Amino acid sequence: MWRMLRQIARIGLATEPPPPAAPEVQTALHGDIRRVFGRALCIRHVDAGSCNGCELEIHALSNPYYNLEGQGIRFVASPRHADALLVTGPVSRHMAEALRRTYAATPEPKLVIAVGDCGACGGVFGESYASLGRVANVIPVDVTVPGCPPSPLALLQGILSAVRQKSP
Amino acid sequence: MKRTMPFPDLAIAWHPLAGELPAVHAIVSATQLVLVCRRIREEGGRLVSLWGEDRRTDGNGYRLCVMLQTSDGLLVMEQTMPSDQPAYPDLSRLFPSAARLQRAVYDLVGLRAMGGDERPWLRHSSWPADAYPLRAEAMVSATPEVPAETYRFIQVAGEGVHEIAVGPVHAGTIESGHFRFSVVGEKMLRLEERLGYKHKGIEKRFEGMTLTEGVRLAARVSGDSTIAYAWAYSMAAEALTGTRTPARALTLRALLLERERIANHLGDLGALGNDAGLAFGLTQFSRLKEDLLRVNASLWGARYPMDAIVPGGVRTDLSPDGPRQLLTSMAALEHELHVLRDIYDNHAGVQDRFMDAGCVTAELARRLGMVGLAARASGQTQDWRVDLAMPPYDGLTLEPAVHAHGDVAARVAVRFDETTASLRVCRDLLATMPQSTLCEPLGEVRAGALGIGGVEGWRGPVVVALRANVNGSIARCHPHDPSWHNWPAIEHAIIDNIVPDFPLINKSFNLSYSGHDL
Repeated sequence: MWRMLRQIARIGLATEPPPPAAPEVQTALHGDIRRVFGRALCIRHVDAGSCNGCELEIHALSNPYYNLEGQGIRFVASPRHADALLVTGPVSRHMAEALRRTYAATPEPKLVIAVGDCGACGGVFGESYASLGRVANVIPVDVTVPGCPPSPLALLQGILSAVRQKSP
Repeated sequence: MKRTMPFPDLAIAWHPLAGELPAVHAIVSATQLVLVCRRIREEGGRLVSLWGEDRRTDGNGYRLCVMLQTSDGLLVMEQTMPSDQPAYPDLSRLFPSAARLQRAVYDLVGLRAMGGDERPWLRHSSWPADAYPLRAEAMVSATPEVPAETYRFIQVAGEGVHEIAVGPVHAGTIESGHFRFSVVGEKMLRLEERLGYKHKGIEKRFEGMTLTEGVRLAARVSGDSTIAYAWAYSMAAEALTGTRTPARALTLRALLLERERIANHLGDLGALGNDAGLAFGLTQFSRLKEDLLRVNASLWGARYPMDAIVPGGVRTDLSPDGPRQLLTSMAALEHELHVLRDIYDNHAGVQDRFMDAGCVTAELARRLGMVGLAARASGQTQDWRVDLAMPPYDGLTLEPAVHAHGDVAARVAVRFDETTASLRVCRDLLATMPQSTLCEPLGEVRAGALGIGGVEGWRGPVVVALRANVNGSIARCHPHDPSWHNWPAIEHAIIDNIVPDFPLINKSFNLSYSGHDL
């Protein structure tokens, strides 16, 4: 146990300030999130057919540098608990129904953020016998975050702008 | 690679395949295919990959291609079959991991393994049962969605047995797939995997691309193994065009591949600690992974350098300050790794969850034909970096990291060992960085020939098989993920474990869905 405590003390706080454009955004964000959703922003990730690259950067959002939970944003296990869906990948035809059902299970008001070049426009996979292309071809999308994969900062900014867009 | 050709008594016309990989190739009959497979099985060889091709347009009918690994290198066999009755012998009795590959071959190309499992595997509802996307006449655009057939899961009967259905959308930030558990109370009796949800038509998408365009798609077959796929693909393209990859490019590729291995191992070590209830582990390891990705961004212009490798070489060189930056960050990482391993090893709670969870014995691993990291954790001494020793690995001292016990603890230990070893490999690569060009133009394409490439990615061997048209565009590209061989092992590993241990066991394998579903 003391080894762990010593390691924690030695490393200290790694969390960095949020995106450069964000000091004022951050204060406003907490207000926006509270106004729109009345509590912390709960996100449900749905992989609709990605290469798994975007997932790696979504994971990174939870590392101590970005400290997503410190921003009042957290990932939840069910769409029924979620305010926003973070959808990755081109939508494979085999995932289309699961995506539609996940969207239907998410209570209003809800946000959909399409992640990555694939989510935004179909990416290298495009549309084919097996792929329906961009997420907006299957469910309504509020914000897209392009990138292959988008960096955690780009993801964070995408989430913030989605919340602001919904803010009255 | 022995220069003598294998099995002279079978009168098979083997010829060496061009390229970096030590491989021989032959056209065989169905009988010869089975004979060779049986002998290689008896010798302790393994199935590497199996795929189908429609070559009717160049007068070669349908082909089943089988790649095997022996102690001497690789063997690729192509079995021809008549166009009106495309069938081949079921190989799953010799190599259990062939079962799902054969089902995928039927779904995509319509070649049937006689006597094998006839349930669809990659086909759910995107195309009808009598259409085969990889046939020449196949639809290129979407057909109307067909009603999903009911998939016949194997039922477990008995008092108190019930099923738990999980997925395709999972509770965490992970890929999509379906698991059907048969349980009694909290004890798992059986798991049946149902994959294919992420099938997005990658192999079809390759058709018609130029060899240079194709690498962008290859690098996105499985995002966590982007370097492995880009390298394997480029190796195949270079084999097909007789291109000699510059020595410096090979060293830079290996540097990227080892960094990909380290990044994934760090992510997994953190996640495994977390799944065992130690959030501290996730915090610490995810910080280390982030540090590594930031160095990537600074030196390669991308946290995940998906487009760093191109057929013929690499896109960018290291900056003059690069080696110093790498060495400094690696020294810091090595120190942290040492501290954290000590904490994991001495944490009673974590060890209690890791030890004896999800056990795959050495005998089972051998029988199932497991590969890569998970196989090494079950006592299988194999690693393409050592077994095939292609440049630049031929000049390095490296031992496969092998542990005998086959449980979660062993898969954790292999990751720790390999991370340390990869740091050493990176230092050796930097110390011996050759001076040469970075990229050579591709030579002339040998139409109709087979080009293969493969490297030991962090999960196991990633393989790409490539064939070009007369105009130089891609006729067929088959990327093969090591996950094909290890997914079936999870179904065995969970038996008699409890449901709450499934996430931990599954994570300890951390297999690819995208690379498998294609």
